[in-house]
Amino acid sequence: MQNVSELENKLHPPMVEGDHSFASVTDKISDVTLKKRTPFHWFIGFGIAFMIAQLLMLSVIWLLANGIGVWGNNQPVGWAFDIINFVWWIGIGHAGTLISAILLLLNQKWRTSINRFAEAMTLFAVACAAMFPLLHTGRPWLAAYWLFPYPNTMGIWPQFRSPLIWDVFAVSTYATVSLLFWYVGLIPDFATLRDRAKNKYFRFVYAILSWGWRGSARHWHRYEITYLILAGLSTPLVLSVHSIVSFDFSVAQIPGWHATIFPPYFVAGAIFAGFAMVLILCIPLRHWYRMQDFITHTHLVYMGKVMLATGLIVCYGYAMEGFFGWYSAAQYEWFMIKNRIWEGPYWWSYWLLIICNGLSIQLLWFKRFRESEFWLFLISVVVSIGMWLERFVIIVTSLNRDFLPSSWAMYSPRVWDWTMFIGTIGFFFTLLYLFVRFVPIISIFEVRTLLPEANVHGHHQDFEENVNEVEYTYDRTDPPNS
Amino acid sequence: MGDNIYGVLAEFDTATDMVDAAVKVRDAGYTKTDAFSPFPLHEIDEALGIKRSILPYLIFVGGLTGLLAGFGLEYFVHVIDYPIIVGGRPHLSLPAFIPPMYELTILFSAFTAVFGMLFLNGLPSPYHPVFNIPRFALATREKFFLIIEASDPKFDHEETRKFMEGLGAQEVFDVPE
Repeated sequence: MQNVSELENKLHPPMVEGDHSFASVTDKISDVTLKKRTPFHWFIGFGIAFMIAQLLMLSVIWLLANGIGVWGNNQPVGWAFDIINFVWWIGIGHAGTLISAILLLLNQKWRTSINRFAEAMTLFAVACAAMFPLLHTGRPWLAAYWLFPYPNTMGIWPQFRSPLIWDVFAVSTYATVSLLFWYVGLIPDFATLRDRAKNKYFRFVYAILSWGWRGSARHWHRYEITYLILAGLSTPLVLSVHSIVSFDFSVAQIPGWHATIFPPYFVAGAIFAGFAMVLILCIPLRHWYRMQDFITHTHLVYMGKVMLATGLIVCYGYAMEGFFGWYSAAQYEWFMIKNRIWEGPYWWSYWLLIICNGLSIQLLWFKRFRESEFWLFLISVVVSIGMWLERFVIIVTSLNRDFLPSSWAMYSPRVWDWTMFIGTIGFFFTLLYLFVRFVPIISIFEVRTLLPEANVHGHHQDFEENVNEVEYTYDRTDPPNS
Repeated sequence: MGDNIYGVLAEFDTATDMVDAAVKVRDAGYTKTDAFSPFPLHEIDEALGIKRSILPYLIFVGGLTGLLAGFGLEYFVHVIDYPIIVGGRPHLSLPAFIPPMYELTILFSAFTAVFGMLFLNGLPSPYHPVFNIPRFALATREKFFLIIEASDPKFDHEETRKFMEGLGAQEVFDVPE
């Protein structure tokens, strides 16, 4: 019985460490944006990312000038790097929405200090993802009438029964709603920056971006309703987006794609890949900007656990794919499994995938690895590679040997496949560096609510409570929560 | 100052102090009041008697509009304007129409939520009288403010100011129009 508070601490570790007040939280986070000197490592990192992003520009120009023949995909592997990269990027984005929406609805307080940059990661990942299918059309300027229903002079419309059109609606809705959610979260923080900025121009820009927010109680009341409803809308949205992405495959009658397990398996994979990317980003970020008080050790451990859980679901997916192939007793299904795992020319990619996604995460069962930043970072990088391989395996090994042996062919990417992929990574990091420089990387107003100072008569400020049903504690004399 | 006053503003150090003061303001019969805090403060809604917003109903209507717009679009395209049999499916193939309808429901709801919130809040409002008080910049940092507006029927400059000063505020300001 020695310490109830010690036990409480163990069950609900504090999400803000150190001795912080409203003012110190505000200053610490907003100083990253407002303080005069940009750290040297920012310029180095931004410079490298920006140079790599030029590779993307070059690849796109080359592609548009020459057509998609510059890529390696050809029959029977008509989908390759473009769709692999599309699914990879959009999957990465999903962790951001999971953190901002689903964990908010579940009242997981640890989301508070990582949601802002996880949402930024979502936006930038979706921007990278959207480029691939658009450029795969070869003539994106014509894609407008292929993809979007608008009355055009040819009098034709997109085909709404096709998963590819569902995908257009899902991804564009996802990008828009993610942007709205992110921006709504930023409004009060932009107001803080406006009130703290010394530079006249910054002040003006932040004033515009904050819409004249003044923290009025009536505004907060509607704001919280909006935020909660957006979270409630984003939750089914994020699940639908990757389900629809998986329909791109599973609605087709290709062995290896035509499986009912695809939607949940894809969603779990997306969250798995996304948490890996969040860890890759936040481990260096918390050191560079000394945010260890807000992105605590506990946060990293929690993310490691989520990665382990979703990774195991993904492994279950792999096992079921093999089982379905065998148990279906369909010769094409079984041939595809054999081709994928041991008989085909790409067997190595499958086993590399199992090592990256199946074996590496088993280390997370052990406290030693889960609590070490080095190992978490390393495992996250391996998982990111693994998730890319997963899409490679699903797409290439299912297509390269189709129903007619005469049309079998090998696929290998060309230089422009690689430059475009690497270029989007540069583009992603360019945007992230700009975000870190100009926008508060942690949600300031939400971190304020975590402080004990924020409690009124010891009552926590919880998001999950119905705003009108909060028990008013004015008359009670209960001691403040310790 | 005289008549050109927007209201009387009081500054508080802690959330608890402000909520306690807000209850007294409400009990004294003031209705044109508002509070400002650096984060959402749930207790203040009841303390000031703020009623639940109609926003959720607007969002529901927005979502319904999206759903019907999605269905209407698909029906128009595949049944009225360009009926063509694809994959042996009927012109009106509802199951295949669901994903776009679903996405548009969410899209319209989200737009209604965000722009409805901004509209009902009267934002953007680049100017507001409270911004005239230099200390008010701290409302987005660490301090809590309570205002009784001059448009309140019970408002009397001298008396209201004296009342506010008795609420344990750090400082009381007259906010010019």
